[in-house]
Amino acid sequence: MNGALVESREWLVAQRWLLPVLILIGFGLAFAIPEYGWFNKYVQLVMMYVGINVILAVSLNLVNGYMGEFSLAHAGFMAVGAYTSALLTMKVLPVLDYPALFPIAILAGGAMAALFGLIVAVPSFKTRGDYLALITLAFLMIVKSLIENIDYIGGPRGIPGIRKLTTLPWVFFWVVVTIWVIRNFVYSKYGRGVLSVREDEIASDLMSVNTRRVKFLAFAVSSFFAGIAGGLFAHLLQFISPRVFDIIKTTDILIMVYLGGIASIGGSILGATVYTVLLELLRPSTVAAMLSWLPDVVFEPLNEHFIQHLGIWRMVIMPLALVLVMIFWPRGMMGLREFRWFIPKRDLEAHHRGAEHEGRHDVPHGQ
Amino acid sequence: MTTLSEGIVYLLQQMLNALQLGSIYALIALGYTMVYGILTMINFAHGDVFMVGAFFCFLAAVYLGLPFVPALLLTMLGTALLGVAIERLAYKPLRHAPRVSAIITALGVGIFLENFTLALAPYPKHIPMLLENVTWNLGGISLSSLQVIIIFLSLGLMFLLDFMVHRTPVGMAMRAISWDKTFVPLMGVPVDLVISITFAIGAGLAGAAGTMYGLAYPVIDPYMGIMVGWKAFISAVVGGIGNIRGAMIGAFILGGVEIMVAAFLPSTYRDFVAFTLLLALLIVRPYGILGSPRVQKV
Amino acid sequence: MTFLTANKVKHYFGGLCAVSDFNLDLRSGELMGVIGPNGAGKTTIFNLITGVYQASEGSIQFKGTELVGKTPHQITALRIGRTFQNIRLFRDLSVLDNVRIAHYAQADYSPLEALLQIGRYRREEQRIIENSRRLLAIFHLEALAGETAKNLPYGLQRRLEIARALAIGPELLLLDEPAAGMNPNEIDLLMEFILWIRKEFNLTILLIEHQMKLVMGICERIKVLDFGETIADGTPEQIQNHPKVLEAYLGEGPVG
Repeated sequence: MNGALVESREWLVAQRWLLPVLILIGFGLAFAIPEYGWFNKYVQLVMMYVGINVILAVSLNLVNGYMGEFSLAHAGFMAVGAYTSALLTMKVLPVLDYPALFPIAILAGGAMAALFGLIVAVPSFKTRGDYLALITLAFLMIVKSLIENIDYIGGPRGIPGIRKLTTLPWVFFWVVVTIWVIRNFVYSKYGRGVLSVREDEIASDLMSVNTRRVKFLAFAVSSFFAGIAGGLFAHLLQFISPRVFDIIKTTDILIMVYLGGIASIGGSILGATVYTVLLELLRPSTVAAMLSWLPDVVFEPLNEHFIQHLGIWRMVIMPLALVLVMIFWPRGMMGLREFRWFIPKRDLEAHHRGAEHEGRHDVPHGQ
Repeated sequence: MTTLSEGIVYLLQQMLNALQLGSIYALIALGYTMVYGILTMINFAHGDVFMVGAFFCFLAAVYLGLPFVPALLLTMLGTALLGVAIERLAYKPLRHAPRVSAIITALGVGIFLENFTLALAPYPKHIPMLLENVTWNLGGISLSSLQVIIIFLSLGLMFLLDFMVHRTPVGMAMRAISWDKTFVPLMGVPVDLVISITFAIGAGLAGAAGTMYGLAYPVIDPYMGIMVGWKAFISAVVGGIGNIRGAMIGAFILGGVEIMVAAFLPSTYRDFVAFTLLLALLIVRPYGILGSPRVQKV
Repeated sequence: MTFLTANKVKHYFGGLCAVSDFNLDLRSGELMGVIGPNGAGKTTIFNLITGVYQASEGSIQFKGTELVGKTPHQITALRIGRTFQNIRLFRDLSVLDNVRIAHYAQADYSPLEALLQIGRYRREEQRIIENSRRLLAIFHLEALAGETAKNLPYGLQRRLEIARALAIGPELLLLDEPAAGMNPNEIDLLMEFILWIRKEFNLTILLIEHQMKLVMGICERIKVLDFGETIADGTPEQIQNHPKVLEAYLGEGPVG
């Protein structure tokens, strides 16, 4: 890169006022796209999935990246949020008459998921690493089999006929809220406490960090947003069943987090977007549509022998790509790094500010 | 009185079934626990190696027309090679990377194996009966020759492994590496070779488990390894992961619990009870039955 | 007023008695050293005071508050700071964050205020940054604020660890083998440094050390441990000529 380019990039990064402007533009687009049909329904659907996956990845990163645990429970929290909000909009809240009640149902799903998150946090006081991973797995499986065994909520058949209340503006709104709240958390004393627990729990405790409280908070915030995502997901898919929230769902979110990079909000946004979009791009219909400009002589055999089989093979290519990423790029796209716009100004300045306080020269230079 | 003796017969029958299921879990659990012992890594792809084993057995039986013993040996050889290949290609480059990279890679390898198999075999396959299955009736308890073979073959393999780990130089090298990863390589122990052998043995046992599972429950599909793999993994943890005898004990406990739950409760409760048991055990005794707690030094 | 007292503290690891009948009476402003051969139970005493281990028997009191039964962060929040024998920095975090984390108990805002950026959050965060920068400046680490802790050279890591312990705002500072891995020349500088921070931060210091030179040079009182038992207690002069000390240290080289 030449100097001018670096300079203009630096200049751009320094224009922090652009972030709120971009968010406003994003909101405008979120309303305009469905209103004026700027993209077809399928692309709009993919956009909403990207948003929901961003919420899932950013919130899982709090526990798996910042805190350094390996939670497999995220799909379980998602299920709790999905079932809670779906039952509310179907049986309790008159959302048809009062659409403003929809966010309340979503919030309730998040709150319920956060409650479950507090339960999972308790074993994390004493257990770490692989064993905690197992506890979270057990939690996921227990949630799933509990749902399967409760007839009132559909048992293994699930709940069909949920109203389609999730819209692009709502998804965008919740994405912004998630990122903002988690970013605030990460750059607070609690967030630094979470980081110090990852680094060295005993030293953290001895530096006055209330490690239990910090773990409680990390799990609660993380599962809260998993519940939010679950609620949005339920009201988009319009059908939920225990099978939707199994270990494969958790694995998907894990891949997004680690592809994007741990302990990075920006990384999770990228990871979720890239993974979701790539999976969609590899669909036979998408690839065929993208390559349809090729002459028939080339396109027809390509379509017949390659593109039509992508349906299964993309599921083979994705995990292979993940393994390759891990081997050659183990930190993911931006592990431990962050979009500068997300870092509070005072943090940036405190880390880089020059010798504003002159060093005191009466200090013995020893050791 | 008849109800009581009927009850006892039913119970014994279920215990026999539990022994069969536990044997299969144990063979898979050994692979988890050996790899964990030597690399402190959870090889999440192991359950899928078991699944591939069942498919190898299917191939050997249907396309090569092999009888039981050669099919079993070929399957074990095939999965052993697969295990070594996975280790060399996917895990070895990550041996010094953050632990979580290795876990994610293992998850990726597992999904790859599942979907690759699915791409090649889109529909569930049916493994032909490789053995003449005779069923005996012992005072109301039915015992099939297949069950006898599964149980005794598994036990035989386990004793062989236990002997190898505790009595041979390779086993000693394995135990040494799991004890200390910094200095043992300096003592002239060929670490890479020992790790490969560990993977080969673990995967070979999973292949044997796949064969036997395929004979006992002949319809196989690419996702069969997920749940069985998790169950085997739970067995390893229940016994104390890294501990070979613990894995066997854990497997028989889990097999027993599952069969008993299925016998007395609606079958949908099986996973619920299995995982609740795991949760309860982890909270009461986080290092498993035979495991020992690790003390962190300040 | 009694500052830090330990009364008949015992600690067992399994059946092994690591510390037996440990008594301590540290006065405010004092600089006391605990010495003893490896395995004498020195670090265990720090771990008992800071709550990493719970004493099997006995009582430890800091300014009248019982410490036995409290968790490490509760004890630390009473303004007891410590360092570690083997440096235990938050290695992957920045130098600044290492110091900021130690402000946890002092930062006066609730989780909700943090999540929504309301109330005391901004003011407190600003205050933490100011104080951290001030500490880093005092220790000549300010220019390295953004550096990852593990990238610092050994000597600076030791210095950062002390800066981090001081970020707690301690009245009592526990130093665990501060001279480990230093040559005699560096030890001279370290002695000067310890005396300086004691004055500057108004500290009472309890230090564990292996190096006789340091302990004899700056401590006002010395306690000698061997196999978990206190074998001598007194001024440097008294200790230097104590027969039991000479016996325990036989082969450890010249004393003083």
